Amino acid sequence: MNPLKKLIKWAQRKSPWIIHFNAGACNGCDIEVVDALTPRFDLERFGVLQKGSPRHADVLVCTGAVTMQTADRLKNIYDQMAEPKFVVAVGTCACSGGVFGDCYCVKGGIDAVIPVSAYIPGCAARPEAIIDGVVKLLSTLEDKKLQPKNPIVINSEKELADMLDEAEAAEENTETENFEENKAKEDNENA
Amino acid sequence: MSKNLVIPIGPQHPSLKEPACFTITLEGEKVIEADIGIGYNHRGIEKSCESRNYYQALYIIERVCGICSHSHSTCYLSGVEKLAGVEIPRRAAFIRTIFGELERLHSHLLWLGVAGHEIGFDTLFMYTWRDRELVLDILAMLCGNRVNYGINTLGGVRRDLEPQHIDDIRRMCAKIEERNNYYVNLALSDATLAARLSGVGMLSKEDALKYGAVGPVLRASGVKSDTRRNDPYLIYPEIPFDVITYDSCDVFGRVVVRVLEINESIKIIRYCLDNMPDGDIIAKMPRKIPAGEVVSRYEAPRGEDVHFIKANGTDIPERVKVRAPSEANWHSMAHMLKGDYLADTPIIIAAIDPCYSCTDRAITLNNAAGSKRTDWEAIRKHGIEFYRNKGVDVSRILLPEKINY
Ligand code: SF4
Repeated sequence: MNPLKKLIKWAQRKSPWIIHFNAGACNGCDIEVVDALTPRFDLERFGVLQKGSPRHADVLVCTGAVTMQTADRLKNIYDQMAEPKFVVAVGTCACSGGVFGDCYCVKGGIDAVIPVSAYIPGCAARPEAIIDGVVKLLSTLEDKKLQPKNPIVINSEKELADMLDEAEAAEENTETENFEENKAKEDNENA
Repeated sequence: MSKNLVIPIGPQHPSLKEPACFTITLEGEKVIEADIGIGYNHRGIEKSCESRNYYQALYIIERVCGICSHSHSTCYLSGVEKLAGVEIPRRAAFIRTIFGELERLHSHLLWLGVAGHEIGFDTLFMYTWRDRELVLDILAMLCGNRVNYGINTLGGVRRDLEPQHIDDIRRMCAKIEERNNYYVNLALSDATLAARLSGVGMLSKEDALKYGAVGPVLRASGVKSDTRRNDPYLIYPEIPFDVITYDSCDVFGRVVVRVLEINESIKIIRYCLDNMPDGDIIAKMPRKIPAGEVVSRYEAPRGEDVHFIKANGTDIPERVKVRAPSEANWHSMAHMLKGDYLADTPIIIAAIDPCYSCTDRAITLNNAAGSKRTDWEAIRKHGIEFYRNKGVDVSRILLPEKINY
């Protein structure tokens, strides 16, 4: 790979610039996207910067079901972005149309108009899930290929459930340990 | 005479904005005509309610707007409950009120941050959004979700408040109150902020009434109007609280009204926690709603929300019409823009706290056929530079050195 390309790839991986587009969202997911950029979650620590112009951006973060009015504009914005480019669909609406799926003015999810490389479901998608999605997308870029072969799907519900299970299991372990310890102590004292 | 310049802005705005298109006609630096094109977010919610039963429609009504989702669902439900002749249990009314006020808290904090951002005071933006997280934590704890709470259901609420939650809510209230007192102080005493915001986006009392402004915009023009007081619902008739007004009629007044309203909301939440009765949280609702029509009103964070529901005796509503507060404020905004500098447009537009997803339901679609589009960011930067050159630099405002979290 020639050095310039290498440099570009490195920069993209380490500091992706995102642009946020609301294709017809209820606002919930937009606020969560902005939330991910504010101090509590701070997406900027991964080098993610929000940009105003599609020409500067690497990642298009879309929220909401695509309405008839925004479909062409979404396509326009996507076309204006420089290669290589990625699209992240945030929220159930963006993934499939969600609750607005059968409204007369809605075309469906983001993938009805442009290709999507990461899906982050949730109504609204939590900032943690959004961060997870962006980080996973970045880590696939570490590989040779610049476009992930299969879209990434963040299943935050399942991950959360797994995490809770793990925590519970760990807690149980410590409890039994403590119990054994205490028992041993008591035995000693009695002796 | 110089030629007028027409600047189209949008519809894609970066950062906090949803799609909308403004066409601004300039004479020199002054705006002489402002035209607003909305409808990009039209999803057809009202129509789709007509093919869902009352329970299913509730979930789509809740998603009219993600920021004031509780306002819309409560407004819709009070209408449906009135038609069915069902009175919700007192405890459920208390819980709905608490959620309504929590929503107002986070919405006003959000707005304060956005306003700060538009005038180039990004520190304030980061501060208020961090404080807002405290409210969202409480909401997530009470109902399991940060946005779109899903707490309301026909005849009451779906989850009860546990005793340990009450302590957490009190703690959060104390923290937010402490932080908000600082914002109140900042708004009322900081000379830079006053220099930047006073006299901007004037809307006289007469005009506010003429153009049908609602909510904090109307109250900042000195009109004492609040649905919680004028046409009380839930348990508001018994709650002691002040309707905040300010008569400077400009953007500065709107900041003051909103920060003071945060304190009022905290007061209301405390009252609810202190006086919460025991009992059921849900009443039995008939599946079919008797035929009739109803208009219900609710004071959302942005102003008065009105829902009209027509029932025909089946389990499916015949017509649902939503008049969201932002929709009522567009007209006064177009008026406010006239005569101000181009540099002031971002903050004037932000000052009504526009919510496009609320607005865009039954509006005729506009065709935004324009060639060159200016983006929002450029105008915002222009605004910040413009005032910096005049010696007003809000980013230089000193903030307290230590904050406890
Ligand atoms: S997924 Fe839910 S919160 Fe997000 S835009 Fe859609 S309706 Fe709103």
